[in-house]
Amino acid sequence: MTESLFFFFASLTLLCAIMVVISKNPVYSVIFLILTFFSISAHYILLNAQFLAAVNIIVYAGAIMVLFLFVLMFINTGKNVESTLKKNVLAKIAGTVAGGLLFIVVVAALKDVALGHPDPATYDSQVGMVENLGKVLFTKYMLPFQLVAVLFLVSMVGAVMIGKRETGEQNF
Amino acid sequence: MTLSERMYLPAIAQGLGITLKHFFKKKATINYPEETRQRSDVWRGLHVLKRDENGAERCTACGLCAVACPAEAITMTAGERKKGEEHLYREEKYAVTYEINMLRCIFCGLCEEACPKAAIFLQDDKLAPARYERDEFIYGKDRLVEPLKTTETK
Amino acid sequence: MDSVLLIYKGIYILAIFGISLLIATYSTYFERKIAAFIQDRVGPNRAGPMGLLQPLADAGKLFFKEEFIPAKANKGLFILGPGIAMLVAAMSSAVIPFGDTLIIGETSFDLIAIDVNIGILYIFGVVSLGVYGLMIGGWASNNKFSLLGAIRAASQNISYELAMGLSLIAVLMLSGSLSLKVIAEQQTGFNWNIWYQPLGFLIFLICAFAETNRTPFDLPESEAELIGGYHTEYSSMKLGMYLFAEYINIFVVSAVMSTLYFGAYNFPFMENLRNAFDDPVLGNNVVTIIGVAVMFAKIFAFIFFFMWVRWTLPRFRYDQLMKLGWNILIPLAILNILLTGGGILLYEHFTK
Repeated sequence: MTESLFFFFASLTLLCAIMVVISKNPVYSVIFLILTFFSISAHYILLNAQFLAAVNIIVYAGAIMVLFLFVLMFINTGKNVESTLKKNVLAKIAGTVAGGLLFIVVVAALKDVALGHPDPATYDSQVGMVENLGKVLFTKYMLPFQLVAVLFLVSMVGAVMIGKRETGEQNF
Repeated sequence: MTLSERMYLPAIAQGLGITLKHFFKKKATINYPEETRQRSDVWRGLHVLKRDENGAERCTACGLCAVACPAEAITMTAGERKKGEEHLYREEKYAVTYEINMLRCIFCGLCEEACPKAAIFLQDDKLAPARYERDEFIYGKDRLVEPLKTTETK
Repeated sequence: MDSVLLIYKGIYILAIFGISLLIATYSTYFERKIAAFIQDRVGPNRAGPMGLLQPLADAGKLFFKEEFIPAKANKGLFILGPGIAMLVAAMSSAVIPFGDTLIIGETSFDLIAIDVNIGILYIFGVVSLGVYGLMIGGWASNNKFSLLGAIRAASQNISYELAMGLSLIAVLMLSGSLSLKVIAEQQTGFNWNIWYQPLGFLIFLICAFAETNRTPFDLPESEAELIGGYHTEYSSMKLGMYLFAEYINIFVVSAVMSTLYFGAYNFPFMENLRNAFDDPVLGNNVVTIIGVAVMFAKIFAFIFFFMWVRWTLPRFRYDQLMKLGWNILIPLAILNILLTGGGILLYEHFTK
């Protein structure tokens, strides 16, 4: 059951991810990206990490992708944008290089990965639950957690600085 | 403004109180076909052309009502009574046609006051109802003359 | 045993789905009735006794109206929009505990569709997806008013979700659990969260109004400026789906507020009532059934409140809406978290 679900969601994830890239209409891309997030959340649930699944949906599908869609609705997604991008040789080269680098990174990261085989006797199925996650975050990973908070604070301050109206400015 | 005013919450609560008061108030609606609004005794509604005690039409087509009408809603053509029609028309001259345009009429009741024969009255219990076509608002004698009491013609 | 539970869950989920649809249907009727009563009218009273068949007549009308798709609209997404809105609205009532456990024979039946330990996050996630229905529908209509409505809906929902989440955190600090069932169980008797979280409840309530696009925050569909907002181009049952989804959302938000702050199915003196019966099973079942009735009474009270506010307060201006969300509600919610944290620390300091 779990295995067939895994294969179903894995293929769904890959299919949606491919559709994100090859969709002509950016709005379709965003919708497929949302579907990708959903199937990734399904993977989290299969791993008994319900909290991560919910947070993934709330933060990515619920907030960030809404903003993506928001921006896409504003910019006119006509054909002219697409055609100039496709004809540009530099863009093609840059795309190839970036894609190739990403591929190398993925291969390098996966090369030495040993698949974990947890011992069923000692394995704690509750490890992905929110209480355990919270305990780990606030004990073992306290410093990275706080650093991430500082990072968010910095980005918030930056956003406020950019959005702040300067004296004499009459833009809106 | 003070803090409590700037919170707006007391004001919102006050507004909610007002609407709640109206929620339990007696409703102003009158369910029309089932109930009708109580009308004044001097209410001026749909016109009627009266008959006398023998069932003959009282109107003599003198035209005073048409003259008195400020909205010029009344038109009529007069005709002479023939022999054998005495039971139909009281006077020697009578109205062959008598039309009131209910779209023009302002229900002022001046026709009623002008009539020397006490033939036209504005009823206090009937209205000129809404209709689909303009033509239907021109009321002829068929709809204006009081029905005979003995034979129930509609 | 397992199959019994499985069948029971299936029936229960269908029942909850049916109840949410029924409540949404009759919400339209009560909305009109309440609006009429507040305005000293009588409201719909022709279809059936007291107009009770009015929703059926409305639904029949919506089904038989012409299905219209604008020529330049994106057809697929145009159809997908109301579908998403409806699906998401119907999904979210799955984790709400409508009652305690019923004991029949030796089996105990939980009156909750799925008891996940992240119940409130599930609702949050699902509700945050609801905005896609509006956005996709508004964009696919290829109409500037629709697009403006969709954009307003999106920015409003995202802005108020923050304050809503922050006000929620204070409740979670008290309960120590994300499961709605656990939160409900902790508020036995009259020990409701509202006594500890009045400020949090107020923030949550205001955000609930904004999240469900209800007056005074119904800017996405403000007819004076945007015709119909995101559903300007919709007709027939596709429009009906949007309206339906809105009412189901009100039902769900009412249920969530009753669960989080007003003790869900708990009512005062429930323990006394339970102990008054000699047979513990019978006592439990009686308390559970009264509890379900109490839960629905609370939900209906909230739905009434939503409608009452709608016919009392005028609409906000858009900048006022954003100012309220970002400048007032979010700082207040953070203050509420600090106060709650301080309160918990003091309580633990003096009791232990």
